[in-house]
Amino acid sequence: MARSINHNAHTGALPDFRNLGILLRILLISNGIAMLAAMLQVSAVRDWPNQFTGNAVLVEPFLLLSLLVLALLNDVLHRMTYAAGIALVMLVELVLAGAMYLGARGLLWETQPDLLRLMTVVALTTGMLLIYFDLRGRALSPAIAEARLQALQARIRPHFLFNSMNAVLSLVRQEPRRAETALEDLAGLFRALMADNRELAPLAQEVELCRQYLALEQLRLGERLQVEWHVDKMPSDALIPPLALQPLLENAVYHGIEPSEMPGVVSINIYAVRDRLHAVLRNPYRADGNHHAGNKMALSNIRERLLLHFDVAAELTARVGDNVYEVRISMPYVKAPKS
Amino acid sequence: MLRVLIVDDEAPARNRMRDLLSDVGSVIAVDVAGEAASGREALRFVENEVVDVVLLDVQMPGMNGIEVAQHLQKLEPTPAVIFTTAYDTYAIRAFELHATDYLLKPIKAARLQEALLRAKNIPAASLESLGQLQQEPRKCLSAAERGKVHLIPVEDVVFLRAELKYVTVRTAAREYLIEESLTRLEQEFESAFVRVHRNCLVARSAIRGFERAGAESGEGPWQVVLAGIEERIPVSRRQQHVVRELSRQ
Repeated sequence: MARSINHNAHTGALPDFRNLGILLRILLISNGIAMLAAMLQVSAVRDWPNQFTGNAVLVEPFLLLSLLVLALLNDVLHRMTYAAGIALVMLVELVLAGAMYLGARGLLWETQPDLLRLMTVVALTTGMLLIYFDLRGRALSPAIAEARLQALQARIRPHFLFNSMNAVLSLVRQEPRRAETALEDLAGLFRALMADNRELAPLAQEVELCRQYLALEQLRLGERLQVEWHVDKMPSDALIPPLALQPLLENAVYHGIEPSEMPGVVSINIYAVRDRLHAVLRNPYRADGNHHAGNKMALSNIRERLLLHFDVAAELTARVGDNVYEVRISMPYVKAPKS
Repeated sequence: MLRVLIVDDEAPARNRMRDLLSDVGSVIAVDVAGEAASGREALRFVENEVVDVVLLDVQMPGMNGIEVAQHLQKLEPTPAVIFTTAYDTYAIRAFELHATDYLLKPIKAARLQEALLRAKNIPAASLESLGQLQQEPRKCLSAAERGKVHLIPVEDVVFLRAELKYVTVRTAAREYLIEESLTRLEQEFESAFVRVHRNCLVARSAIRGFERAGAESGEGPWQVVLAGIEERIPVSRRQQHVVRELSRQ
């Protein structure tokens, strides 16, 4: 897939039949249609579930077989033109439906359904799904997805910017060297924010960014902000969506540390388990800490960016425990190509 | 000589303010009377020292700057307050509306100088307008006693009762008189206090139960038993529904 910006109109494309999200969508939609069909077949609503499970005996093997064949043909399909691809998918489905029909005849049906009608239903369902995936592809097509990624780029709170500037100014006269470091950190942070953040970035680089950010906050908040890093098991070659972690830390400081006069700990834990990468961030939580309201923005922003990069394979959850607020991200462990 | 108190929870911000004050020293004679890292610290400081101007950060943990300013108004003589804030669109709009002086961080020496010159002449912001800037309930009430400010943490208050001109604030230990309206207090603290009588709000957390009142009370049939004090508060006929609502919980 082209990684560069694509301003051309989206030309139709078949979905990736090996993507878990796509397979799940096909299963859900097809079963939805089967349920509706079952509703029309029965005379009383209470027979509906039975009818559906009755049909499922045929529908489910057919669906799974279809998915298997399409997954096997995936590479072939993607080498063809869109029109030829559609034709092949249709053909596969109709042949499978015909084969199942002949195989199941006499075995399962009491009253024989009409082959032509069955074929029509299969063809229409397949066509509908293909149109759906084409529309979805357009919605997520690189040009649009990248534009959305740009718009979603995390923004630093002005509150943080101006307070940090003020803190740096306070150092200029007495401790010029610390002021220099702080300005460098600030520059690094803004460089990252203004960069082209559409492609996955090295995890190590993101962690460095977080360290720069926390150093600036510590300058301002002093003892009140304590940081615990647990990154010994962090895979150094992993790639993650850029700015997926820093806004979460900014939230942690803004909601967990600033509203309290007591010192608090922000902890960051990053590790990989087999092919998944996990990041867990914790900060103190006070039930009465209504000092600042609303932190849903950063969370939904990052959630959406994870979705654009990984579809359903990534997950962000937030929960409140014993006076602790915890955000967990789990995503596929993507390794950087070796240079 | 202008005596100034710097209040900010961030040490670098206080240092920066000190530098700026020494910069404007050639134009205005300024004496930094002290620094405070929290609102409570600032109020403790002014118990013993007289200051002319308080440079007060708005966003502080614990007690925010706007509440501190309200307590400062009880002082005799009242210091002028200049708010400082890095970025708070709500507060800035409110300051503009009430012609309250404020400085944006990072602060420029010229702006500070201007504000200090004005502070000498302009009367301090009135208590009334500061109350309108307050977004969340105060942490403390304050009573003026011999020109000093006495802070009463809201969680210690058992009941608030309107007298002729004042409101009596009763804690387990003693009572205070404050010059505020009971209606305003009811609005501000509606989650923590409940009105049981035309002239009385009681703390929900202090309610221990309800007792039958003697016939001689002339009020409704119930009175409130409160933690920490002997006195019973009658529930007026109009507020009988409170008894039902609270005993159900």
